[in-house]
Formats: sequence, structure tokens, C-alpha cells
Amino acid sequence: MRVKPSALVMVLYLLFLLIPIYWLVNMSLKTNAEITGTFSLYPHNLTLRNYRVILTDPSWYMGYVNSIIYVVMNTVISIAVALPAAYAFSRYSFMGDKHLFFWLLTNRMSPPAVFALPFFQLYSSVGLFDTHIAVALAHCLFNVPLAVWILEGFMRGVPKEIDETAYIDGYSFPRFFVKIFMPLIASGIGVAAFFCFMFSWVELLLSRTLTSVNAKPIAATMTRTVSASGMDWGVLAAAGVLTIIPGALVIWFVRNYIAKGFALGRV
Amino acid sequence: MEKTQNNRAWLLVLPVLVVVAFSAVIPLMTVVNYSVNDTFGNNAFFWAGLEWFDEMVHSRRLHEALGRQALFSAIILAIEVPLGIFVALNMPKKGFWSSLVLVLMALPLLIPFNVVGTIWQIFGRTDIGLLGHTLKALGLDYNYTNDPLDAWITVIVMDVWHWTSLVALLCYAGLQSIPQAYYQAARIDQASRWAVFRHIELPKMKGVLLIAVLLRFMDSFMIYTEPFVVTGGGPGNSTTFLSIDLVKMAVGQFDLGPAAAFSIMYFLVILLVSWVFYTVMTNIDRSQSDIPEAM
Repeated sequence: MRVKPSALVMVLYLLFLLIPIYWLVNMSLKTNAEITGTFSLYPHNLTLRNYRVILTDPSWYMGYVNSIIYVVMNTVISIAVALPAAYAFSRYSFMGDKHLFFWLLTNRMSPPAVFALPFFQLYSSVGLFDTHIAVALAHCLFNVPLAVWILEGFMRGVPKEIDETAYIDGYSFPRFFVKIFMPLIASGIGVAAFFCFMFSWVELLLSRTLTSVNAKPIAATMTRTVSASGMDWGVLAAAGVLTIIPGALVIWFVRNYIAKGFALGRV
Repeated sequence: MEKTQNNRAWLLVLPVLVVVAFSAVIPLMTVVNYSVNDTFGNNAFFWAGLEWFDEMVHSRRLHEALGRQALFSAIILAIEVPLGIFVALNMPKKGFWSSLVLVLMALPLLIPFNVVGTIWQIFGRTDIGLLGHTLKALGLDYNYTNDPLDAWITVIVMDVWHWTSLVALLCYAGLQSIPQAYYQAARIDQASRWAVFRHIELPKMKGVLLIAVLLRFMDSFMIYTEPFVVTGGGPGNSTTFLSIDLVKMAVGQFDLGPAAAFSIMYFLVILLVSWVFYTVMTNIDRSQSDIPEAM
């Protein structure tokens, strides 16, 4: 059989991408004795102990619960405020619209490191430190602009005649928006929600700065273990594998929109 | 699309303004406030004018972090952009395989940043990591916690692993928009593979490629978590990039004034690049709507 060179390139590239992930999965299924004692390419004594540790120890699994709570809150807030704004940007021109759109972009582009300290002080002073809503609001910094940009891209694809016909038929704006317009851009809302979820899920710096105990995200729980002296490599690897799962589950449904989402809806 | 002039649209934008004001404007004002004041604690502030800015502009620490940052961004762009184009050209165009390849390629993009760090931290270790172990078995003296060069290589390979797919996926999206007729015409003209790339594919990818370069530049310019987890900024300060240095200064040492002045200059650089980015994007939008749909 003749092998196409392009297939060979892809196989090599995918191997480069997948081997480090495989290594993590591999380690998560080994005992610590096997990890440090022998060097094996696959687990000889397959064990689920590492996963069991995480799923039975509240200090571990609460990390996931906390992360999911603030990520979902953030996604809901971001989409809810972004929908009307994206509609405004896609349909109307108004005073300062271009400047506003640009200003939103600068927030997506601003380094979280710049905001870490002021966020800490702001949320401490209003008594929101170490709450889920604090992290959810902080992540709005980059997710609201992202949602506005993605949704605006989808909304521009809907012809304006639909709005006008609906208004002539006597629909009020809120009823038109919910009943007619939102179903038309349902895939756009899904894509925007997915990316808000993802970017909030992968962020560590702000969520770590704004929490200590009650809302501690899984990412911060993991770094704590890294700095501990007695290293539990197996559990660390298992925790890592579990953080990859939410993205891996949903990715198949949004595969054609990945480039769009990362390019702020502009591709 | 022709847009209606309507200033009441501001009402629709209002929720976004409120949220972003709370999550961006107020914190930014705090930073500005710190940058021009000095404090000895207890919330007592003294006007310091531009002293902190002056100190930061001449700070060797900042210059070195900036230098490392610029070098890092330049290297990863030089690797990721050509590699991303190359991969995109080789991706299957349609069918089940194309979907599968898309999903597998997107996988690293959706891994939390600190887990990316953890993966490479483990992968590179000489005792338990496949990469470190293999390199050691090959007789190479590789140790990313001691040797600055090895630390740099690890961080760069990690970033290439993490983000090349993004460049490739963007280029792929650009390639998909090329009508088959162009390739047929090229075949009739007996154009070489290089000529097809140079005169058909590259011009069509220009827009997405600019977006890819700018996105990668911005994101690499504010990289924090991944190198922090792998090397912690070390050995020494050799992988302390701007964000790592800033967090060290602000949260670690609590040097509010200098950190705030640092933040503002950092932010201005980002603002400038954002402006370029925005102009490029709106120009692409315009040129796309000017050109009538190809057959």
C-alpha cells in the first residue's frame, strides 16, 4: 500500500500531540510504587486507586464542584448580558459603537496578571472574597467581550428582513428576540457558551487569587499538591485527566466552530 | 448589512457596560491610583507623581523580563506559524477523518493551563517522564530544573504543543474557503505545488494568518500559568516572563506602586497591539464584503 505523505505528516503531528496526554493517562492508572520504581510504557498493575482518592476525598472533589459552579455562573452571566449587546452591534449604528467594540476587545486582550491584585482588593472590600460569584464576575473580564464578538458574528448572518417582518406582524422586541431570533442563532449561542465555559475552566491565575477555601477551584488544589513535599504523582495525574474530560466530551459537537471561537467569531 | 442609526441601542449594550465596568474599569482605576501614590500601609497614601514610572522605565529587572518575553514570543511565533501552515496544508479536507483530526488537534487547546504545565512537568522529568527518560537514555544531559537552556526548550516545546493547533485550525478554515475551481485552473496551467501555495493558498489565508499571529502574540505575551507550573520562573530568573514577574512583585512582595506602574505600561503595550488587531480585523471584514461571492 502506498502511504500518502500528507497522512504521514498528520500521523506524526497527532502523535506529538497525543503522547504527552497518553503519558498523563498512563500515570493516572499506575500505583505510585510503579511510577517511581520502574519505568513502564503502560500500567502493569492497572489500578483505579488514584481516581478513588479524588472521588472520595472532599478536599479534592470539592475543587471540581467549585470550578463547575463558578464556570456555569460565569457562562450564564456572560451570555445573558452579551445577547442584547451583540444584537445592538449587529443591527444598529449608534454613537460610539466602534469605540465601544474596540474597548471590549482590549479587555479580552488584557493580561490577567494586571488585574490580579486590584481584583483581590476590590472583592475583599465588598466582602465577596472566596465566593463563587467573585470568580464568575472576574472571568467576565474576558468572557463577556468574547461572547459579544462571537454572537455578533453569528447574528450578522441572519438577514435583517426577518426582524422587520416580525415587527410588522406585531411582535414586541422581547417576544421577537426570544421566540424568533434566539432559535435562529441557537448554534451561535451554543458555541459562545462553549467558549465561555472553556476559557473560564482553563483560567488559573484569577481564580486562585480570589479564593482561599470555600470556592477553591480544582486548578488551585492541584498546584497546592505540586508544592507539597511528598509527591503523589498518581493522584496528580488522575486530577489532570479529570480536568480534560469536560472539554473532550463537548468538543465533537463544536468541532466546526473551534477556529471561529478562538478568532472571536471572525473566521 | 446596512445598519440603522439608532442611539437607543445603547440600552441594549447597558448590561455589558455595567458588568465590564465592575470587572475592568474599577480595578483598572485602582491600578492607576496605586501607580501615582506611595504607601506605608494602613491605607495611608502619599502622592508620588511619576516616580514609580521613572523607576520602572529604568529598572533592569523589568528590562530583562521584557527581553525574555520578547524573545519567547518571537521564538514561538517563528515555530508555530510555519508549522501551523504546514499542518493545515496536510489536513484531510472532508469526511470522517477530517472530523476526527479536528477533534484530536483541538484537544490540547481545551486543557486547563495549569494541567498543560503539569503534563510537561511530568513528561520532562528524567525519573518518571517519557521525554526526560528517553533523552537521558540517549545520553543527553537534560534537566529542566537546573539548566536554563533546557528550561527554555521545555517551555517552548510545551507552547508549540499547546498552541500550534490553533494556528493550523485557523489556516484550515481559510483554506476551506478556496473554491475548487481555483485548483482546477491551476492544474490546467500546470502550476507547481509551490506556485499553488504561493499564489492561491497563501493570499487566501492572509486574513486568518494575521489573526493567528496577533492572537498568538498577545496570548504568549501574557503567558503565566504554564511556565509557572513547569519551572516556577527558574532556574534563577531565566524563565521569568512579564506576567510572572508582575505577579511576584504585586502579590508576592506587595510592592504596590512599582507593580501598578509596571501594570500600566504592560497594559499600554497590549492596548497598542489590540488596536492593530482591531484595525486588521475590520479591514478583513470590509474586504470580504466588498468582493462578490465567487460563483
